[in-house]
Amino acid sequence: MDWTWFHRFGSPPHLYGLAGRLVPWFAWPAALAIAAGLYGGLVLAPPDYQQGDGFRIIYVHAPSAWLSLMAYTWMAVAAAIGLVWRMKVAHAMAASCAPIGAWFTVAALCTGMLWGKPMWGTYWVWDPRLTAELVLLFLYLGYLGLRSAIEDPQRADRASAVLAVVGVVNVPIVRYSVEWWNSIHQAPSVMKFGKPTISWPMLTPLLIMFVGFTLLFLALVLVRVRGEILRRERQARWVSEVIAA
Amino acid sequence: MSGTWQAARLVVERDLRLAFRNRGQLLHPLLFFAIVATLFPLALSPEPSRLRDVAPGVLWIGALLASLLAVEFLYREDAQDGTLEQFALSGRSLTWLLFAKTATHWLLSGLPLALMSPIAAYALAVPPAALPGIVAAVSIGTIALSLLGAVSAALTIGIRRGGALLSLLTLPLAVPLLIFGAQATARAIEGSDMAAPLYFLAAFAVLGVTLAPLAAAAAVRISLE
Repeated sequence: MDWTWFHRFGSPPHLYGLAGRLVPWFAWPAALAIAAGLYGGLVLAPPDYQQGDGFRIIYVHAPSAWLSLMAYTWMAVAAAIGLVWRMKVAHAMAASCAPIGAWFTVAALCTGMLWGKPMWGTYWVWDPRLTAELVLLFLYLGYLGLRSAIEDPQRADRASAVLAVVGVVNVPIVRYSVEWWNSIHQAPSVMKFGKPTISWPMLTPLLIMFVGFTLLFLALVLVRVRGEILRRERQARWVSEVIAA
Repeated sequence: MSGTWQAARLVVERDLRLAFRNRGQLLHPLLFFAIVATLFPLALSPEPSRLRDVAPGVLWIGALLASLLAVEFLYREDAQDGTLEQFALSGRSLTWLLFAKTATHWLLSGLPLALMSPIAAYALAVPPAALPGIVAAVSIGTIALSLLGAVSAALTIGIRRGGALLSLLTLPLAVPLLIFGAQATARAIEGSDMAAPLYFLAAFAVLGVTLAPLAAAAAVRISLE
């Protein structure tokens, strides 16, 4: 079997060009899906029979929370590829996923708090999911902290890759133990009413938003990885050619 | 294999000897733990019923921070004087050597913490019947903590002022240990069955024993590059 197509991913100029060509293919569908999802969610979907219009923040909150986890998984997969095959661009990919994932985590936390105020009467309760999300943010910050603390870029790549792989083993454990922690301390009375079987007019925009946010994440990663590649390869001749062109 | 065993035993002997030549350092995490346990009654209230309620949290946060304090020095001197490089070059499995090092570290920091925890617990008005359970929970929990700390300490080798970063890396991953440890302790105080959280702690310890030395060895190799 011919593996040259795979090895070409390892070449920074190839990936730089490929990412540049792919960005519009992700960014425009993302913009369309998010616009359609927001219109469907904020205008077309009926208000919730208990939460009124307040539930509509789910259309931003749930996709952000989903991406906060997906970005971590992507980061860990890219980091593992970088560790095993010593691919420079895989490390660049992992480095680009981290800040985006961290910001999606912040978005999920903020929208969760805004949702909590009218529904629970307070911005913060030690709800298991919110708490797990907060711990995830600390994991991201630890990863970014380790990356910035090590001066040698290659060592920083590999050390933070080990951390990402260790973290991805731990993320499910942390998540489930946090959910278990609260469920044994108090009955989940607050979250119960928030889970009516969701109806199709409400669910469809949510699914569109999931697709839109995922495409947005991919577009952002590709833009970021281009910058990351340029920064890492700034000594290479092809970079000066690209900049001059 | 026998060579690896022998090398691991030599590492244990060496670390024990070094530690007992410098006994003062062994006491520091224990004193830290004792001081933390003393501060809580001063900050909250000396009333026994309230202290009993917060005792699991106080004991486990104290143990967590004390073992974090100890793990910061796990590799420091060996990284500075080149011992870690010799480990990596020795031709023996670095994983086993680091496992031996971490096991010794637990003997010198986790086990003393576990043995001291009943004293702190008693001072926090925990009924004496709960003390053996607390020793069991803290000793199992600190095994997992030492192994987790061994990975993050290996990642932060050579970073100046890495202490705060070490906490940032270790503490989020230690959340499950804190949850189940505190729960085991709370159940011991209530006098109810504490098997389930203890099993979870033991499962984390087993997971740590199997995976953490591998990750620590990978991290040490990266820091030596």
